[in-house]
Amino acid sequence: MKKKLISLLAVVALTVGTLAGCGSSSEQAPAGNDTENAADSDESAAGDESAAASSVKAGFIFLHDENSTYDLNFLNGAKEACEKMGVEYVVKTNIPEGQECYDAACELADAGCNFIFADSFGHEDYMIEAAKEYPEVQFCHATGTKAHTEQLDNFHNAFASIYDGRYLAGIVAGMKLNEMIEKGDITEDQAKMGYVGAFTYAEVISGYTSFFLGARSVCPSVTMEVTFTGSWYDETAEKEAANKLIDNGCVLISQHADSMGAPTACETKGVPNVSYNGSTASACPNTFLVSSKINWEPYFEYAMGCVADGKAIDTDWCGNLETGSVELTELGSAVAEGTQEAIDAAKADLIAGKVHVFDISTFTKDGAALESYEADVDTDADYTPDHEVVSDGYFHESGAEFRSAPYFDVQIDGITLLDTAF
Amino acid sequence: MTENRNIKKNDKKRDPRFHIVKRDALIWYKALGIRITAILMALVVCGVITTITTGINPIKVYESMFAGAFGSTRKTWITLQNTSILLMIALALTPAFKMKFWNIGGEGQVLIGGLATAVCMIWLDGKVSNAVMIICMILASVTAGMIWGLIPALFKAKWNTNETLSTLMMNYIATQLVAFFIILEEVPKGSGKIGIINQNSNTGWLPQLFGSKYLLTIVVAVIITLFMAVYLIYTKHGYEISVVGESENTARYVGIKVQKVIIRTMMLSGAICGLAGLLLVGGINHTITTTIAGGEGFTAVLVSWMSKFNPFTMILSSMLIVFMERGAGEISTNFGLNHSYSDILTGIILFFIIGCEFFITYQLQYCKKTEKKEEEVA
Repeated sequence: MKKKLISLLAVVALTVGTLAGCGSSSEQAPAGNDTENAADSDESAAGDESAAASSVKAGFIFLHDENSTYDLNFLNGAKEACEKMGVEYVVKTNIPEGQECYDAACELADAGCNFIFADSFGHEDYMIEAAKEYPEVQFCHATGTKAHTEQLDNFHNAFASIYDGRYLAGIVAGMKLNEMIEKGDITEDQAKMGYVGAFTYAEVISGYTSFFLGARSVCPSVTMEVTFTGSWYDETAEKEAANKLIDNGCVLISQHADSMGAPTACETKGVPNVSYNGSTASACPNTFLVSSKINWEPYFEYAMGCVADGKAIDTDWCGNLETGSVELTELGSAVAEGTQEAIDAAKADLIAGKVHVFDISTFTKDGAALESYEADVDTDADYTPDHEVVSDGYFHESGAEFRSAPYFDVQIDGITLLDTAF
Repeated sequence: MTENRNIKKNDKKRDPRFHIVKRDALIWYKALGIRITAILMALVVCGVITTITTGINPIKVYESMFAGAFGSTRKTWITLQNTSILLMIALALTPAFKMKFWNIGGEGQVLIGGLATAVCMIWLDGKVSNAVMIICMILASVTAGMIWGLIPALFKAKWNTNETLSTLMMNYIATQLVAFFIILEEVPKGSGKIGIINQNSNTGWLPQLFGSKYLLTIVVAVIITLFMAVYLIYTKHGYEISVVGESENTARYVGIKVQKVIIRTMMLSGAICGLAGLLLVGGINHTITTTIAGGEGFTAVLVSWMSKFNPFTMILSSMLIVFMERGAGEISTNFGLNHSYSDILTGIILFFIIGCEFFITYQLQYCKKTEKKEEEVA
């Protein structure tokens, strides 16, 4: 019995092999032509580019590949900037946060790249190691915290004032809550939002606090519950977390983690969702409200431009609404009426500096206003607070004189943390 | 399934087209020939599939795979370093497998060795000198790995528990302990990562040999390979392991203490895994994450079995696997193919390599009606 089955399989394998062999020979020729054509057009395009841009060769290191919304966002920005500037670029995906990152960075430098970028927080230390070894190559790192203390000429951090984007997304959420209250779906006291975070890390705290403050600026009775998953990407945990929040009575959910877990949980239960990193409208047409995201294209253009012109890149570069680094996606069909106008007005106020997200008159900590706060801007193992960041009536998040990565880690009143194990 | 059955029923009525017969023993060059044919066939199938699915010239794919592993001095060093780590873990698992003890806990044993190293590097920083710290790291990592091997062995020896389950579960315990430690020592707070340990002082970093970052791991792997070859082939311990593996009853009959052999062998197995953890954390990455072993503990099982427990063959098999991994990364970079694509290629090649063992152990004897078979193939 078994032997017969095996012999049968062997024959099938042979047959398939022969057939496949036939298929290949017919397809090879056109494929070859295609690549030649592509090469030709590449060359002609390169000829038009300025000499400066062609002196740049960019290398990108990404934690995952295009299947992660986080990395996809970087990948799109990189492609757009390089194609716009006519810069040759190499992409390395699926690089873990370990020595592999150092190896990848050195390989890129060996291959002649003079601008190397890594996208994940855990890549930072390894980028610094590589930067020490290749002083003539510019190393840039998103979300990192150490450039201003390492003081290497060729290692730079970058981020964007995503709290502005979260604040605007919060306004969309607040408007939606107001609509629900007006319709009588919920009472004012029931206006409770839920937020799925990854870690109790400053970037996340800054994110949910700005989102909450945005919502409260239009819906004063709002409260929020936050839960943490302990991972930047864990679809099941994020889905479960969203379900738990919904069961707790949260009527609107937002998240700061990279999977589709929370948005799909919301779509299933019909709860409005404010997303991050990009629109989830196609997967969640009924519940998607809006998504804030960082557009990295302006930074890449800026940094590669500096390399081309031989100028120094900022140690800490923080993009904002004006540079086009902070964006909102198009609104979902479920948003309340008048939302677009409200966002436009708030955006203009933020750009003009009339409104500050972390205005100390809009929130309290333990019942008192936050008149003064020492933040842990210089990373160290003991989290020693080292800089006074409250002045002129507001908390200076990602301030030019401090660092680009967020350091707002205040637990303000009105937000309940359900678990802080992570 | 039903289709298969129908065909088999039909088959019964006719004479079988060929028989499968066990070979006595194959002369080495014939066996080698079969293996080489298998690899060549695997490359052809990979090429065909590449062309059909992506339209890329397969020769270019192979070129870039080779470039990915050996394209520059640095790449060659990294390939050798990764091979060494995989080889060490495979060597560590081998005595256990030879004893028919299914140690699939290599991952956990490596991880716990790495954790012990990281603990020393962080907690002893500033308290002892660099040399003392490195000695502590070595002792701690080897002991930790040993304990991780000892626990399932004790349970197996005393109560005959299923070691496949217990070694597997020990992996999860190690992962959770590492996760806990990361939360305890994370920098900055809440970020869920430790980063490079002692980045500026370099305390507890294993020394570089002749100014090369990569050499130490390779040297250690060579030493372990030689040790393991001698241990398995020429020592009394090695012989006892083979006897226990062949038949526990025979072992008992000739007076081998089976329990003692199991415990001793697993401690050795775990200790070498712990050493691999030391090199990963203290010598290469200088950090600890839950994924630092990167599945090598499981890949090593494959390496060990593919090489039929021969330490020298393992050098080639682990080199092949690492070559595939590194080449795969290069393909995805050069052709914009997803990383999964290289997994497909690796799968195909492993299928052929493992599949060819069938033709080494068995042979097909064709029956007289060969024309029929040809018809079907055509």
